[in-house]
Amino acid sequence: MTLLLNDEQRLLRDSARDFLATRSPVAALRALRDRGDERGYDPQLWHEIAELGWPAAVLPEAYGGLGVGYKGLGAVFEQIGRTLAATPLLPTVVLGGGLLAEAGSTALRDFWLPKIAAGEALFALALEEAPRHDPTQVTLRAWSEAGHWRLDGDKQFVLDGHIADRMIVVARSSGTAGQQAGLSLFLVDPATPGVQIERTSLVDSRNAARVRFSQVQLDGGALIGAPDQAFAVLDAVLDRARACIAAELLGVITEAFERTVAYLKERVQFDVRIGSFQALQHRAARLHVEIELLRSSVAAALEAMDAAGNEAAELVSVAKARASDLSEKALNEAVQMHGGVGVTDALEIGFFLKRARVLQQTFGDGSYHRDRYARLRGF
Amino acid sequence: MSGSDTFRAEVRQWLEANCPPSMRMPVKTDQDMVWGGSRITFHSADQRLWFERMRDRGWLVPGWPKAYGGGGLEPRELRILEKEMRALGCRQPQYNLGIWMLGPVLLEFGTEPQKLEHLVPMARGEVRWCQGFSEPSAGSDLASLRTAAVRDGEDFVITGQKIWTSHGDKADWMYALVRTDPQAKKQQGISFILLDMKTPGIIVRPLGLISGKSEFCEVFFDAVRVPARHVIGGVNQGWRVAKKLLEHERAAMSTLSSGAAPSFDMLTIAKSYLDAAGPVWRDRVAAALMDQQAFSLTMRRLQELMLAREDASGVSSIMKLVQTEQESAKHELLQQLMGQRALSLDSEGFTPEELAVCRFWLYTKSYTIAGGSSEIQLNIIARHVLGLPT
Ligand SMILES: Cc1cc2nc3c(=O)[nH]c(=O)nc-3n(C[C@H](O)[C@H](O)[C@H](O)COP(=O)(O)OP(=O)(O)OC[C@H]3O[C@@H](n4cnc5c(N)ncnc54)[C@H](O)[C@@H]3O)c2cc1C
Repeated sequence: MTLLLNDEQRLLRDSARDFLATRSPVAALRALRDRGDERGYDPQLWHEIAELGWPAAVLPEAYGGLGVGYKGLGAVFEQIGRTLAATPLLPTVVLGGGLLAEAGSTALRDFWLPKIAAGEALFALALEEAPRHDPTQVTLRAWSEAGHWRLDGDKQFVLDGHIADRMIVVARSSGTAGQQAGLSLFLVDPATPGVQIERTSLVDSRNAARVRFSQVQLDGGALIGAPDQAFAVLDAVLDRARACIAAELLGVITEAFERTVAYLKERVQFDVRIGSFQALQHRAARLHVEIELLRSSVAAALEAMDAAGNEAAELVSVAKARASDLSEKALNEAVQMHGGVGVTDALEIGFFLKRARVLQQTFGDGSYHRDRYARLRGF
Repeated sequence: MSGSDTFRAEVRQWLEANCPPSMRMPVKTDQDMVWGGSRITFHSADQRLWFERMRDRGWLVPGWPKAYGGGGLEPRELRILEKEMRALGCRQPQYNLGIWMLGPVLLEFGTEPQKLEHLVPMARGEVRWCQGFSEPSAGSDLASLRTAAVRDGEDFVITGQKIWTSHGDKADWMYALVRTDPQAKKQQGISFILLDMKTPGIIVRPLGLISGKSEFCEVFFDAVRVPARHVIGGVNQGWRVAKKLLEHERAAMSTLSSGAAPSFDMLTIAKSYLDAAGPVWRDRVAAALMDQQAFSLTMRRLQELMLAREDASGVSSIMKLVQTEQESAKHELLQQLMGQRALSLDSEGFTPEELAVCRFWLYTKSYTIAGGSSEIQLNIIARHVLGLPT
């Protein structure tokens, strides 16, 4: 057990860095945005990513998995954060693939996991209903009726919801909002009558859909796992996503920080480079300190996803809380230290600021995770 | 079983058999710490037993060579011993600035006779050392120190003043920085010298601290004669010895919370006061615990980087700063969380824990000043790690 990468993971990280630097620099995201791309991602890029094997990284080996673990996949997410590549990796592989691998029947796994590994099927998780993340605050109703399941209710912030081939919907089959018990997972074809998808584009130029389910009728086989018992598996899979997002945020933060430090060394005012001002030096040094602490926390969370020890959830909350909070501070500082040019669309720092803010809210911000951590530690 | 496993098993067995149960309790008060030296004081029979057993194995300084009284352990074995001691909760058998800071630089810069003269008694816990670096006008800017040492035959004659000398009144010996060439550039005229505190001409005066304890002193030198053979690393070469020593000091201050200094388990204490304090405080306690966890994970990562011989400078540069700020913030948090209960240093009507939290809240204020203030640590990171211009 180590917080460092092994040779194989290191190789994966380096190849991801080189690939993304040439195939998907920040300019690629800008181009997607400027042309108002309907899909919000580049299918050709996704195809090449699939050939590199990233979607298979953490799948069981029987389905073509690479066996590099979440530490390996996390290293990829960190590189994604550095270039802000727009890919369906998180919803499809970590959430969709993760839930199917953990809770799906053999038939579902055999059918979908090879497609996910090959990059041929896209998934989305329909979970959120409230302004702030909380997987217990689900009210979308599910009930069974004459051998069918029915869903009724609204979802929002469904990442990649408008491009997914299948959605996994978190529904309340019993109990009331706020309870962990009573949640169930359903596999839904977006083409099913009564499903209405509306693409919303977020500030970071990627997409999250609003999805309305009106008396949607599903066949009996749509249920994934046991009814009413979905919370544990959902939260465990969300933890993997949170760890990967923390890794992506680490990449966003480090890249923006390095660009800022470079600017401090180059920009001249009052006849000196602005990086010689101690007021700026200390703020930059503080960010370096926080980044090092975050790097350890993220590594430990990813390691815990591979080892599945009983501290895993705590470690994920530490990493996601710190990543969320630091991303806010570090990106605000990055903009401020660039001065006027920092608030222009021409400079790429703004893209990092926006991605950071979306990831901060995704699956729990600092205060959500401190609350969860306190509960896990018994207070 | 590999060699390491055998060693681990042996160590564990020996510690189980030899570390008295009362020496496995967390350090809570000053009475729980045994400071080595000629006037060593034990507050319990177990303290003496633990000290003597460890001393007789050379384990007061397990990593030093056997020739100088150490345990002769390889780095890997040393880590195993430290880990096993942590696992059992064993206390440090002895506290001494000598072993943390002076010993390692003597090993690096000392001549053979110097090493034999000073390391051997240090390894037996017989000499208490203090650090004579700071002066009234040389704090953060240490190299501007003025205490003069003038050569006179076989001796140097020292005149001047040191300040903030921790335990100066209790120490047997001092390692000091003195100016041996007033003409040279600041850093180049400094020598690193060892001196016996009983030498005529030394006056030590304790200074009171805000926490009520008197722990550091002013030290005055009036024509104090010190044999020239006590200069370490060469005359006028003291600055590089000092810089090395300060690195060891920073490293030592990075481990304050792992039993090196009295400390409180934040969560245990916080739990009894949280109900009355409300959700904002729960959030703050959670944040502070996360800070601690991130720090110990970083300590682990640092060790792994060093073991793998990877560049660890960016990580090691933050440890003193983070550890001291966190320890200070933690006591700040506890003191405020306890509200009116932690507002007394010594009165009846408060629990020992409440009094201790109040005292340590004040005491930990010094952590971010001593050993290179937080601002100085930030300067080092900005210049040497980030490469920002001066
Ligand atoms: C509890 C305790 C124990 C100590 N024990 C010892 C000991 O045993 N032996 C020993 O020799 N010394 C000891 N010291 C002294 C310690 O090393 C000094 O206090 C420390 O180096 C700071 O020096 P100063 O107190 O003169 O503060 P100053 O250097 O005067 O600093 C005052 C303020 O200015 C800031 N500052 C100074 N320079 C800069 C700069 N370049 N950039 C930004 N900010 C700056 C400082 O951070 C601080 O906030 C001890 C101190 C304490 C508190």
